[in-house]
Amino acid sequence: MATRIFVPRDTTALSLGADQIAAGIQTEAIRRGLEIELVRNGSRGLFWLEPLIEVETSNGRIGFGPVTERDVVSLFDHDFQSGNTSHPLCVGEVEAIPYLKNQQRLTFARSGITDPVSLEDYCQYDGFRGLQNALHLSGQQIVDEVKTSGLRGRGGAAFPTGIKWQTVLDTPDPQKYIVCNADEGDSGTFADRLVMECDPFMLIEGMTIAGLAVGANQGYIYLRSEYPVAHDILNQALATAYENSYLGDNILGSGKAFHLEVRLGAGAYICGEETSLLESLEGKRGLVRAKPPLPAIVGLFGKPTVVNNVLSLAAIPYILDKGGQAYADFGVGRSRGTMPVQLAGNVKRGGLVELAFGMPLNQLMNEFGGGTASGRPLKAVQVGGPLGAYLPESQWDTLIDYEEFSSEQAVLGHGGVVMFDDTANMGEQARFAMEFCKFESCGKCTPCRIGSTRGVEVIDRIRASEAADNNWALLEDLCETMVDGSLCAMGSMTPIPVQSVMKFFPDELRHGRQE
Amino acid sequence: MSVTVSWQRDHIRAVIRLHKDKPGALLPVLHAIQHEIGYIPDNVVPLIAEEMRLTRAEIHGVISFYHHFRSHPTGRHVVEICRAEACQATGCRQLEQHAKNTLGIDFEQTTPCGSVTLEPVYCLGNCATGPSIRIGNQIYGRVTSDRFDALMDTCRDSMQEAG
Repeated sequence: MATRIFVPRDTTALSLGADQIAAGIQTEAIRRGLEIELVRNGSRGLFWLEPLIEVETSNGRIGFGPVTERDVVSLFDHDFQSGNTSHPLCVGEVEAIPYLKNQQRLTFARSGITDPVSLEDYCQYDGFRGLQNALHLSGQQIVDEVKTSGLRGRGGAAFPTGIKWQTVLDTPDPQKYIVCNADEGDSGTFADRLVMECDPFMLIEGMTIAGLAVGANQGYIYLRSEYPVAHDILNQALATAYENSYLGDNILGSGKAFHLEVRLGAGAYICGEETSLLESLEGKRGLVRAKPPLPAIVGLFGKPTVVNNVLSLAAIPYILDKGGQAYADFGVGRSRGTMPVQLAGNVKRGGLVELAFGMPLNQLMNEFGGGTASGRPLKAVQVGGPLGAYLPESQWDTLIDYEEFSSEQAVLGHGGVVMFDDTANMGEQARFAMEFCKFESCGKCTPCRIGSTRGVEVIDRIRASEAADNNWALLEDLCETMVDGSLCAMGSMTPIPVQSVMKFFPDELRHGRQE
Repeated sequence: MSVTVSWQRDHIRAVIRLHKDKPGALLPVLHAIQHEIGYIPDNVVPLIAEEMRLTRAEIHGVISFYHHFRSHPTGRHVVEICRAEACQATGCRQLEQHAKNTLGIDFEQTTPCGSVTLEPVYCLGNCATGPSIRIGNQIYGRVTSDRFDALMDTCRDSMQEAG
């Protein structure tokens, strides 16, 4: 039997030369007369090892990484295809690597194991079991299961998913929609991308179940244009799902219909905000809508709409397969289930870590992340994307839990953890927060549109020591105005990173200018 | 109006018609046009307006709102450098400076020979292996100054033909 060799095909692996390695392996195997089967799997999310090449053996899958194109010949010279572990890049059995072994993977159970566009692989590893169950349940029963799970939105706002679905279910309208927010714009986050690139059928299954739950027959995945690989893989998976009646007018012979389409955004961070996203899907400028009415009542094209993040919808197949209680058994307090945390920035072992809520942040950064990549002392950590606080050392023991982060005036958001070493200039980071808002504001409300521009100017004056005390007071006031007066999270949360720098790194903001 | 231009008009009309009946079709239409031409020329706007029964103002408003849509042609290679926080933590500010210096252009500009247009991007989702850049549909991670130069060499093959 041909040896199966796995070369990942997610963006990160590709960005480090996975395609060239795959081609090299094919060429070298032919040259040596070896029979191999090359599988383009997803990524395990152990990015410091990417491209991580795996060989299937009777002792499990043996990994080699990070591999470059130049290593291919020497891998064969070391007989890696027979599972020989003598090559210096060998990392042993992949599933025994502590980084992976110590996770609690529910959503990412298949990631990196399967070929993302293989329906056979998906079904072999429990795929579509949640949908099979859901087809025999009423909408209310599905919603009840989601309520039992305690699942809250994984996009950042953390609203209970079951309650949102109940609202849509209870709103009488023959036309409803499921919209997947795949506009993962927060720096330091890539969990949505990994779901779409490594296990796209899971998202399709989750959205189909959502459709069955609330009575929606049409779904849209609103995908950011910065994710070309995800776009391609999602479209392949969608076509396969249609061909095999997992989507369409008669899902698995049930007589129930659900249609799904990917729509590309066009480079606007604000379109990750749900109402702005809906405007964009309607073909308009992505201007934020005032709420109420909630999208659950007046959403896409004025119809009741479930808007959920990729991770929220991706958690649904597990919940409908194993039961809401099985999901709720993970976690702490009101944060139930697991949270895929993304370790990024200046980190030695960057990647995806899925764990039940309740793990201390520093344990993640040290035990999993291994500290900074530069080897220099860690200075600050931004959690929750560009609108999240910069946490100083005194806050690194905060638990991964929505309420714990709120109590520290910080944001867990979508679980992105961006680490900075001591060379970071926190004054520069505070300025960037305002600059980013200036660049990305939709412009509908004044505090965000004008406040961010003034914010950059005031920070520049403080950093140039121009009437620094007066400008400091002005910046405090401006931040409060933005928090209280903005229409959505873009304007009301941009001050969070700025205020965290003012509070914890004041000297760097006052004197930190490096020109 | 030349023959080529009128052919283009018919072709673009066909592209619009392919997408315009979808609900909320404007973004898919604009994506398709930019895919065909490389940007969205001003003189295509009235065509879209006519086909989709929208005002030109509405269409202009949408094109100008989104960073991805362009009203001007680009160089043969669009090089996007990620400026978001995770890449900042791994030195994208220095990479950005290096790129501007060696290419001799600022963001949103094109090299005089027409090969490279430099643009900022805010997160490519490759945050654990930054700094990251995108050239066309290909994303590159751990981009040092040397790797950047090597990548630009492949773009420069076509640069030199124009001097």
